[in-house]
Amino acid sequence: MATVNHGSNSRIARFRRSQWIELVVRAAHTRRGKIGLIISGIVAVIAFLGPLVAPHSSLSFIGIPFSPASASMPLGGDILGRDVLSRVLDGGWLLLLMALGATAFGIVLGGVAGMAAAYLRGRSDSIIMRTVDVMLAFPALVFVLLLVSLVGPKLWLIMMAVGLVHAPAVARVLRSATLDVSERDYVRAVELQGVKSWKIMRQEILPNLVSPLMVEIGLRLTYSIVIMAGLAFLGFGQPPPSPNWGYMIQENRIGLSANSLAVIAPAALIALFTIGTNTFTDAVARVAIGLERSSGSSEDEVQASDVRLGTGVN
Amino acid sequence: MTIMEGANRLEVRDLQVRLVGRPGDVVDQISFSVRAGEIFGLVGESGSGKTTLALALLGYTRRGLKITRGSIYLDGKDILALDAAGLREVRGSKIAYVPQDPSASLNPALRIGHQIRELLSAHPEVTDNVEGRMVEVLREVNLDPDSGILRRFPHQLSGGQQQRVALAMAFACRSSVIVLDEPTTGLDVTTQRHVLETVKTLCAAYGVAAIYVSHDLAVVGGLVSHVGVMYAGRLVEVGQTEGVFASPMHPYSQGLLGAIPSPDRAEVLWGIPGQPPRPGSRPVGCSFAARCPEAIELCLREDPLPIEIGERQVRCIRVTDRKSFSVRVRNSRAQIIPSSEPPLLEVRALSTAYGQTKVLHGVDLNVPNESCTAIVGESGSGKTTLARCVVGLHGSFDGSILFDGDEMNKSARRRNSSQLQRIQYVFQNPYTSLNPRKTISQILSQPLEHFMRLTSSDRAERISRVLDEVSLGSAVGRRFPDELSGGERQRVAIARAIIVEPRLLVCDEVTSALDVSVQAVIVELLRRLQKERQLSMLFITHNLALVRSIAQNVVVVSHGRVVEAGTVQDVLERPQDPYTIRLMQDIPKLNSVASALPQSSS
Repeated sequence: MATVNHGSNSRIARFRRSQWIELVVRAAHTRRGKIGLIISGIVAVIAFLGPLVAPHSSLSFIGIPFSPASASMPLGGDILGRDVLSRVLDGGWLLLLMALGATAFGIVLGGVAGMAAAYLRGRSDSIIMRTVDVMLAFPALVFVLLLVSLVGPKLWLIMMAVGLVHAPAVARVLRSATLDVSERDYVRAVELQGVKSWKIMRQEILPNLVSPLMVEIGLRLTYSIVIMAGLAFLGFGQPPPSPNWGYMIQENRIGLSANSLAVIAPAALIALFTIGTNTFTDAVARVAIGLERSSGSSEDEVQASDVRLGTGVN
Repeated sequence: MTIMEGANRLEVRDLQVRLVGRPGDVVDQISFSVRAGEIFGLVGESGSGKTTLALALLGYTRRGLKITRGSIYLDGKDILALDAAGLREVRGSKIAYVPQDPSASLNPALRIGHQIRELLSAHPEVTDNVEGRMVEVLREVNLDPDSGILRRFPHQLSGGQQQRVALAMAFACRSSVIVLDEPTTGLDVTTQRHVLETVKTLCAAYGVAAIYVSHDLAVVGGLVSHVGVMYAGRLVEVGQTEGVFASPMHPYSQGLLGAIPSPDRAEVLWGIPGQPPRPGSRPVGCSFAARCPEAIELCLREDPLPIEIGERQVRCIRVTDRKSFSVRVRNSRAQIIPSSEPPLLEVRALSTAYGQTKVLHGVDLNVPNESCTAIVGESGSGKTTLARCVVGLHGSFDGSILFDGDEMNKSARRRNSSQLQRIQYVFQNPYTSLNPRKTISQILSQPLEHFMRLTSSDRAERISRVLDEVSLGSAVGRRFPDELSGGERQRVAIARAIIVEPRLLVCDEVTSALDVSVQAVIVELLRRLQKERQLSMLFITHNLALVRSIAQNVVVVSHGRVVEAGTVQDVLERPQDPYTIRLMQDIPKLNSVASALPQSSS
């Protein structure tokens, strides 16, 4: 009795053990995912390996300002006659790291707040969600600028501030996802044992939020880079001599007609990276929806059970 | 077989529906015919392909499926040969469909009148007098057209009224054929009986050939003249209803009939072990062979063809050499004499409300030690709320609940650990009660970790023991819930409840999401566990017939009040309250089928 054999059990089981990784791996196998991964991968390689292969120091003046592209300076010179190629190769890694940090901070803060609001309900929900509403009322950039101008342009502060900007939106998404999950009977079953709330959230609810979380991470990473580059453009990044894609656009734009590459190169990298991460996130979202559909039970079974339950069985 | 006037209104020949882009068929080798005024019952459990077949009769398939072979003759014309425009013409006017869930099939934003009018104006050839036809057809389904029903929105109607509207729409165009796909599943027994009577009268009056799809054999039994039993996408037995129900020939039909509980006798229910093949993956040989008690080696190799025996068609190679066709003899069950000890659970004057709506009005209830008390009531009677109060999920109520003599806190959060451990709850729907991200052994070890201090090897041993107890086998521990069938999931849910050695098990409609054959297995499992583990049980159900098979005491609840309580024998054999009497009358009963199709008596 009770023999189930649907094949590929072990594969499915292994998948569920590390579903975070598996979701990414599966997304990477789709066409959309491959394109996204390749684009953002190229930019990431440029940003992180670039400093090691840069032909010149990013700070030394080696040509005349806005000199056009030549053999020794493939992308020409910038406003102070520094090598644009070297500055591009060296100006991305900190930007990306800060974006990652801001994303992580925003996801953790927003995720915890959203889950707690949805699961604890009542007063916690009101307090958390009203705070979220107030924060959402501030325009993101203005909020960060306010913080930075109060404390000064510290890198950690910029990172935290950008993370803080993400938190309310993340909280909203995670709250609605948690609301759905916490209504399920398997959560009730554990509540009936008197297990503590935080433990229920961690052990029963969180594993069921992998898909929305992964999508949020991807989206927030994209936004982080845009905000970070924007802040750098406005001068809130590393202090001036060190290169930064965002600030490069700002300082070189007066020489746009003389050497447009000094603006185009960093702008293109920022654009490519956001397109890449966004495309990959899209692939993750699609795979997640597919998994959601195939996990649970087969469509027919669900339908059958819905039918049995009828509409009015209390 | 009497020759009815006219030829076959609907004739299906060798119909096959396949999955697109994958090997395997969902519905295969379907041939049957229905005459004017006849109702053909299509019976099968979930996944048997009955809804796919029902939709295919209208030339329609769900996404991912395709009709690949066969023909469907509607009044002599093959509708599968029609193009899209031709099909649109036929659907609604010549062949109509009544879906499972009327609340989902009626547009919530449009008034009832608008929706019926829309249908009639899509088929202008049907009638010149649209308004007249609307009034006429509403009268036919026993809705009062003067009551302003045409101006209402679907949500302003009850479930029964919604289904009547769906019926009115199906009959509005005077179609030749009507396909009814489990139209009464969500309705309570009384409404169900009225709807079925309406269907029967209208089919006879207008010479409509109807196909009635259902998982509930008892419902089909009282309604249809011919029945086809579906298994794994094929018809395994087709014949006149009386014959099939009185002496089923296919082992699957026999199993199905044996699984149906009866309110009249206390019997051991026979389930069918195992589970059907998944849609699209029918094995070589007879598809039922793996679960069949009569299977021989040849069954696993040879694909059985339908064999004609009299007017009956049976798809079983052994049908001619098996002697007895009768339903397996059922053992009647000895009644347990209730003990005189104080009750384990005592509910006193329990009242509660959702907002302003009172749900329970002063309910008193006892569950004696080591016996099973059933709570029976229709949907909305408050029986689930009562169960939730007992386990502490519904924390705000008046009255008191005593467990083992001690008054318990109202909310589970404030009950102590030993009280929580001694009362365990089994949820209605096994599809939502198990965390999809955890393996079965993780699910089972969770309550053990919480309630008992055990070493990990002790835990593992307990888990494998309890899995054996619910007949799953310890290998299941590594699986995830979505790799199990509904019945298996419910066993896991039961295992999770009994693993911490409770004294009271509260089972809330635990079989309502399951097929009859699986329901029988689960009920027998619960009964066995109750006896072996000396459990007390509170068994909540809407199915009065099940009560006989599992409980010793029964409490009938209606509109939040206890209308009758007593031993199962007393209440079911000599019901006193008019409500109980009506419930007993309205249950579709199998044994009434064999003698004569029941006429409305009340």
